Amino acid sequence: MADINTINKDFADLFNQGNELLLEGSSDVMNETRKNAFQDFSKLGIPTRANENYKYTNLIPAFDHPYNVNLRYQNVDVDLNEIFQCDVPELDTNMVLLTNGWYYGNNKELTELPKGVIVCGVQEAAEKYPEIFNAHYGKYAKTDEDGVVALNTALAKDGFFIYVPKGVVIEKPIQVVNLLRSDRDLMATQRNLIVVEENAQAKIIVCDHTLTHHKYLTNSVTEVNVARNAIFDLYTLQNQHLNSVILNSTFIRQESNSNVLSNTISLYGGTIRNNHHVILDEEHCENNTFGMYLMDRDQHVDNFTSIDHAKPNCLSNEHFKGVMDDQASGAFAGRIFVRRDAQQTQAYQSNNNLLLSNDAVINTKPQLVIDADDVKCSHGATVGQMDEDALFYLRARGIDEKEARQMLMFAFAHEIIEKIRVEPLKERIDELVDKRLRGEISKCNTCAIACNH
Amino acid sequence: MLSIKNLHVSIEGKDILKGINLDVKPGEVHAIMGPNGAGKSTLASVLAGRDLYNVTEGEVLFQGKDLLDMEPEDRAKEGIFLGFQYPIEIPGVSTVNFMKTAVNEHRKYKGLDPLSASDFLKLMREKKSLVEIDSKLTNRSVNEGFSGGEKKKNEIFQMAMLEPKLAVLDETDSGLDIDALRVVANGVNKLKTRDNATIVITHYQRLLDYIVPDVVHVLYDGRIVKTAGKELALELEEKGYDWIKEENGK
Repeated sequence: MADINTINKDFADLFNQGNELLLEGSSDVMNETRKNAFQDFSKLGIPTRANENYKYTNLIPAFDHPYNVNLRYQNVDVDLNEIFQCDVPELDTNMVLLTNGWYYGNNKELTELPKGVIVCGVQEAAEKYPEIFNAHYGKYAKTDEDGVVALNTALAKDGFFIYVPKGVVIEKPIQVVNLLRSDRDLMATQRNLIVVEENAQAKIIVCDHTLTHHKYLTNSVTEVNVARNAIFDLYTLQNQHLNSVILNSTFIRQESNSNVLSNTISLYGGTIRNNHHVILDEEHCENNTFGMYLMDRDQHVDNFTSIDHAKPNCLSNEHFKGVMDDQASGAFAGRIFVRRDAQQTQAYQSNNNLLLSNDAVINTKPQLVIDADDVKCSHGATVGQMDEDALFYLRARGIDEKEARQMLMFAFAHEIIEKIRVEPLKERIDELVDKRLRGEISKCNTCAIACNH
Repeated sequence: MLSIKNLHVSIEGKDILKGINLDVKPGEVHAIMGPNGAGKSTLASVLAGRDLYNVTEGEVLFQGKDLLDMEPEDRAKEGIFLGFQYPIEIPGVSTVNFMKTAVNEHRKYKGLDPLSASDFLKLMREKKSLVEIDSKLTNRSVNEGFSGGEKKKNEIFQMAMLEPKLAVLDETDSGLDIDALRVVANGVNKLKTRDNATIVITHYQRLLDYIVPDVVHVLYDGRIVKTAGKELALELEEKGYDWIKEENGK
């Protein structure tokens, strides 16, 4: 096995030798950001377990693999619109596709979007809408704290860009499906930017769909700025195969009176690490950060979250729940910062875990750093087994043991699903989670949304 | 209907039931009374199939079948119903979904098709009015946030839905105010037929003013030490359990 220095050196070589390709087609702002990010990466490297924030996730095996890297858009030899069709009944969305992290060149035109809304690739946005793009790109994702984010920024070429102008309400959710399709093992870097202006409203669903069984490492970073009075939902569905590594970092900045709900649902994947950072940068923001993970076999999931109450009078609710079976392992870290002048802050956090086997492992760590004195904060973490009394109660009414267990697990998970504010999506996720808990989705070759087994 | 012969039960090596004999026939109401720690709740749990207990000796036949050999869910589908002393709260499982699953499991066992959604709701409405349970309760998660009385009423509602042949009501009267007690007792009486039977387990005679037993047993120190008609309950009410203890040498 390679050591961490070899891995870091390989990335330095990639950056230097591929520099021409990296700069090609990217705007000056992207390339300037890239240069600085690479310097940060050179200092930080890929985080190892010696890094407190990555104590429970060993990334060396994830990176220690000869991946193919595409520094240029690869033409797709089939029509992805034909191959992939989302079949969720009644889930009517504005759908766009990405291919291995790049905005697909053959996306159908979204005809139903309100005037002024922009949905396109990041490269295209940098070129066509520099005044919006440059005001936000690289402003929220911190490259000097996490080597994974620095690496993404150093290698970032494309991803999706969504702009919702002032006062515009998008009724139909925008759905972004990243299709992973390759004839070789692949590392995909995806960089996304979402800008929601004042009084605007949008719901975005992001999902993955592995079309081939190669080993994938996806390193994606999404930056989001939600302006005053805006309402924004971000649903992330992770459902790849066991041979995949998902590194997903999201940075959300909120302005005054904005309301954000995110829900990250990890159904399947080899190794999943979610970094979720929120900064409540003006007063009277509301943030809801939810997540659910259902892991079995040797799967690993790590949700690392940080909610920064930078200004007074904001409310945050955070709730993550997980069901762990077999030898699955996982971690949750919940950081809440309440800065010195952020009085009247309300911050609530909880993490509940259900362990179904003796070998499943979860490490949960709430971490509250409170520098203000007039705040309401709470946190709680539980790790437990199936409630035997509840199980017997259901069985004593004639429900067989398997079904009774299923009902209890589903009830446990449903608390997170019911927070979804898109009704057909909620029903679909309910159905998927029910199937997933029954063991009917395994080595799923289709995306969570389109799963039609 | 139910025949218990020389039943011995222990938990973690400690003997709780030390040779119970009991016969219950269709149409009968039996009351089992006794002081705390006599083994009343253990008997109820063993009949329902709770696996915390070890049956060391004896047999239990229910309609000729070996009950002790069956899983709890199969006992329920054969027609045994345990009214829990402490009904369990199950957040996230709706009462509707819970009862629908249970009723359809019972139907499947009998070779019947599952009820349609509308037939099921109709059945629920009927049974709710029969046992005078508030509609709001069934819209919530099973027992979640219910008061003691609401939980016990919910037990009787479930009993009405499942129409058991033998209901074992474990301390259903504990923690009930007089109104809730009356509702619970009325429910039990309305559900009584010539073909089903009820075992009422209780500390106090009070419930037996409303549910009149055919037979009263006194369970003491793991054995049934006295069996008589309903007048025995009144005697116990008056004299307490001390004379039972004395008669049995403790």
